[in-house]
Amino acid sequence: MPDKKQDVIDQRLQDLNNDGVDRRGFLKCMAWAGTGLVWTLSGGIPLSQAFAKSSGKDAGKGVDFSFVQISDSHIGFSKPANPDVTLTLQTAINKIDAMPAKPDFIIHTGDLTQLSKPSEFDTLDQVLKGASAKQIYFVPGEHDMLSDNGEQFLERYGKGTKGTGYYSFDHKGVHFVGLVNVANLKAGGMGSLGHEQLEWLEDDVRGRSASTPIVLFAHIPLWTIYPDWGWGTDDSEQALSYVKRFGSVTVLNGHIHQIMQKVEGKVSFHTAMSTAFPQPAPGTAPSAGPMKVPADQLSRVLGITDVNYVVSGRSLAVIDSPLAR
Amino acid sequence: MSKFRAIPENYAPKNKRQKINLERKQSMKNKSIWIAGWAAPVMIGMLLWLAGSRNVSANDQPAAGSAAVKIDNFVFGPQTMTVPVGTTVTWTNSDDIPHTAVSTDGVFKSKVMDTDEKFSYTFTKAGTYPYYCTIHPKMTGQIVVK
Repeated sequence: MPDKKQDVIDQRLQDLNNDGVDRRGFLKCMAWAGTGLVWTLSGGIPLSQAFAKSSGKDAGKGVDFSFVQISDSHIGFSKPANPDVTLTLQTAINKIDAMPAKPDFIIHTGDLTQLSKPSEFDTLDQVLKGASAKQIYFVPGEHDMLSDNGEQFLERYGKGTKGTGYYSFDHKGVHFVGLVNVANLKAGGMGSLGHEQLEWLEDDVRGRSASTPIVLFAHIPLWTIYPDWGWGTDDSEQALSYVKRFGSVTVLNGHIHQIMQKVEGKVSFHTAMSTAFPQPAPGTAPSAGPMKVPADQLSRVLGITDVNYVVSGRSLAVIDSPLAR
Repeated sequence: MSKFRAIPENYAPKNKRQKINLERKQSMKNKSIWIAGWAAPVMIGMLLWLAGSRNVSANDQPAAGSAAVKIDNFVFGPQTMTVPVGTTVTWTNSDDIPHTAVSTDGVFKSKVMDTDEKFSYTFTKAGTYPYYCTIHPKMTGQIVVK
């Protein structure tokens, strides 16, 4: 068994080498983090798993708390790529409810709805009301701010937030920051945080101990994945410069409907699967539009992300699970 | 049509050279039939194509006061369109994802267009009107009104 595990690690390292991340740098990151991510393939779907101690039978052991990220539920979408997005969101919630270690809360990283319609928000609320995790944190996706500059979104999910809907909170020693990078987008650009929000962020993290683990979450990736499709945030570098002094920074995003990960110094970037429909890998299709897969394959490319926090190592282990394997 | 002399049906090659000549002639004849076989449909096709492309260019530069921009695969097509003053431009969204067409200078602003929905605007003044999709700002285009 250890050999098999080693094989997987080696394979992952090789893949990372091909991705332009050098092996030594990667190992250094792992040594710092005390844990790390291993990608395995199950039914053709890459799964990232912490390879230190939170996989297999010992899952959840030594974990101080966990939370789950869901993303891109696109309630209201009814095209062939997934005619029933409400059902797949419900499946995701059922999966979360069935987890042996109950998550403390859920984070939804945006695109709750397809067209920001009140009826779509209502349906989403109805499904989420049934979740056993009662606390859910939201940030808007561009689909949640259509027509009304996000007024309706803020009314429903943004009470007590600043500006376009950004906020922060602390949970068991971890500082969480929800950012909005889908408002006031400029022609020709990608996602944008804007000057006001950047100032707020700088102020929000100022004075915190560098040993405080930081989790940033926003809809559009805060690292540039594929500019041609707008898969990045124009001013994300400035945002990241404010948190670079911290020992552990985890960045969680959605928007691209597929898992992508990158470790850069002390910052781990991660994008989640959608609960609604998959999108093509960067550059593999004429556009980023919904990707139609055979109906029996759909639940393998939709999923949830479980994030486990271990106080002793001050590390976060991210585990992605498809709705079905 | 064939420039080859007809070969008598009872013709039999007397030696190897004649045999080779016969085979060559037959193969040339077959070839010319083959060429005629595909040349005619191709020429018809080209004529149709020419006729068709004339229609397309008529749509691109309308005199009748209307023009169409198709949104397909996250692209405004054509990206730059030149129209006479008074033209009504209609955008149609052919994607599975909603888009908008919003003037960068605040001249016009579509509602959110879901699949197959349209937005029209009539340009009454000459000028260049850059616009973009506020949901996917990488999508840009411009209307040049002359």
